[in-house]
Amino acid sequence: MKKLAITLLIALMPSTLLASGSALDLKPANVDLSDKESMQRGAGYFVNYCQGCHSLKFMRMNRVAKDLGIPEDIAKQELLLGTDKIGAPMLTNMPADKAKEWFGVTPPDLSLTARLRGDDWIYNYLISFYKDPSAPSGWNNTVFENAAMPHVLSNLQGVQELDHETHELKLVSRGTKADEYDQIAHDITAFLSYVGEPSKAKRQFYGIFVMIFLLIFFGFAYALKKEYWRDVH
Amino acid sequence: MSLMNWIDDRFPATKVWNEHLAQYYAPKNFNFWYFFGSLALMMLVMQIVTGILLAMNYKPDAELAFASVEYIMRDVPGGWFIRYMHSTGSSAFFIVVYLHMFRGLIYGSYRTPRELIWIIGMVIYLAMMATAFFGYLLPWGQMSYWGAQVIVNLFDAIPLIGGALSEWVRGDYVISDVTLNRFYAFHYLVPFILVALVYVHIVALHQVGSNNPEGIEIKKGPKGNRWDENAPADGIPFHPYYSVKDIVGVVGFLILFFAAVFFAPEMGGYFLEAPNFEPANPLKTPLHIAPVWYFTPFYAILRAVPSFAGTQVWGVIAMFASIVVIFFLPWLDRSPVKSIRYKGPITKMMITMFVVVFFMLGFLGTQAPSPLYTLLSQVGTILYFAFFLLMPFYSKMDKTKPVPERIA
Repeated sequence: MKKLAITLLIALMPSTLLASGSALDLKPANVDLSDKESMQRGAGYFVNYCQGCHSLKFMRMNRVAKDLGIPEDIAKQELLLGTDKIGAPMLTNMPADKAKEWFGVTPPDLSLTARLRGDDWIYNYLISFYKDPSAPSGWNNTVFENAAMPHVLSNLQGVQELDHETHELKLVSRGTKADEYDQIAHDITAFLSYVGEPSKAKRQFYGIFVMIFLLIFFGFAYALKKEYWRDVH
Repeated sequence: MSLMNWIDDRFPATKVWNEHLAQYYAPKNFNFWYFFGSLALMMLVMQIVTGILLAMNYKPDAELAFASVEYIMRDVPGGWFIRYMHSTGSSAFFIVVYLHMFRGLIYGSYRTPRELIWIIGMVIYLAMMATAFFGYLLPWGQMSYWGAQVIVNLFDAIPLIGGALSEWVRGDYVISDVTLNRFYAFHYLVPFILVALVYVHIVALHQVGSNNPEGIEIKKGPKGNRWDENAPADGIPFHPYYSVKDIVGVVGFLILFFAAVFFAPEMGGYFLEAPNFEPANPLKTPLHIAPVWYFTPFYAILRAVPSFAGTQVWGVIAMFASIVVIFFLPWLDRSPVKSIRYKGPITKMMITMFVVVFFMLGFLGTQAPSPLYTLLSQVGTILYFAFFLLMPFYSKMDKTKPVPERIA
């Protein structure tokens, strides 16, 4: 009976159920939230290349600086866009109505994209732009087909073309940082992953101590029970 | 102790303590399955406490709700912790309650004289489902919004009054700010009704005494134990024996619970669904809408029943019937014995089948429909009802083993 009970309890834990997978075959992003340098570089790329159109309305630069170990004065000099208030939300300067006029859609806020679509999706999206003369922006993407977004990082990566038979992307002209581009995509992904849940690293850190405390507590609780129950058995 | 005497003259503090804890004699053979009652009570308290803390920063406003949840997750000190305790807590509460109900099922805890305890328990379960349903709208994400839309639209299937009824529930033609406000009001109210119901559940339990894994009535056995000559011989005082034992259960449970809170609060999309990180958008219907896992067995039953005679109401009826039928368990079971330990092979087979079917329906309810899944849902629905509706027959004809007089 005891065995059955434990088996059922484990079976009832939803973690063992199969979560439905994505139809896309995504390369793993393997984000490491302890690699602060990667996230710092990602923050730099984000401010310079992404924030022109995309906001992070739930993120403030002073929190980014504190969590990623960037000195506040450096963050203030290098990473503030359109504001001198380091505690302000990281908003784009692009007016939403104009953006809609230019791109057909308002570029979405990216605060929670990592939680909505996952780290792997962001990383694969960033490396999957290809030249498509039929698209309005001149660019298309294998991860997000007919995305309105042009490849803003193409001067770093270069230009990819899609082989319509093998469905593979081929770099046809090299950008200024073509060799580093994979790392750049990783850095931006790591930064957006952090932005999706800024407390995640702290959460996992505290969790270890809570587990240790509870395991010790369990030992005492069990010993107490045994002591009391000695006269029943 | 003069203070205690002063209080006892005015309020039965010592009397209540003794009747419900120190001199409440519970069978001495409770096993693993008996942890889940106290755990359910703890989860209720935890949900109320974390819920009140969340309410201090949450804004029940269609324009502000989503952002206020992110504010809690990012800017409120420790807010992420309280929020994850609450979101993980709702799933944990249902896991605990499902195991608690399963305990009742296998040991026949719903049988005479405990029918009322079972019925009150089912009312508690309904109130829990209502609370969870109201609460799920509050983060105002895409799944919150469209999940509520789908469930409230069920009322539309009721002939004649359906449309007016669902509009009355929403307070609008679609789920809107008005709906969010009333759902928030109910989400805050119902848990306190739950507290009252749990109180009644425990009072009813202590009136007749606890069942146990043997299904033996200790009150009918010989009297007299080490503590009291009139108490059941096979009983032991709840406090301190089961209070210290329940601490072990609580800590063991908390290890699993906090492992989820700290390391897997989304639980692969089962506790927190990815689409809910996108704000509600009434103009954009998600491709696949599924309720949270604890509702999916019933959702699968709803979808399994085809519409005929020009109405979809049959699925809605089947879904409500699948919950209502559980109320009647005390009268469906005609076995001469209570516990599965003394029941025969047919009952054991039926209970195993029921568990498998419940999991299968739960899984199917999370999936987008396909011809195979619909067929499986239909088979599952038939087997689900067969478990209950055939019980009067198979429980009566099944072979049973003789039940001993005393707990060994």
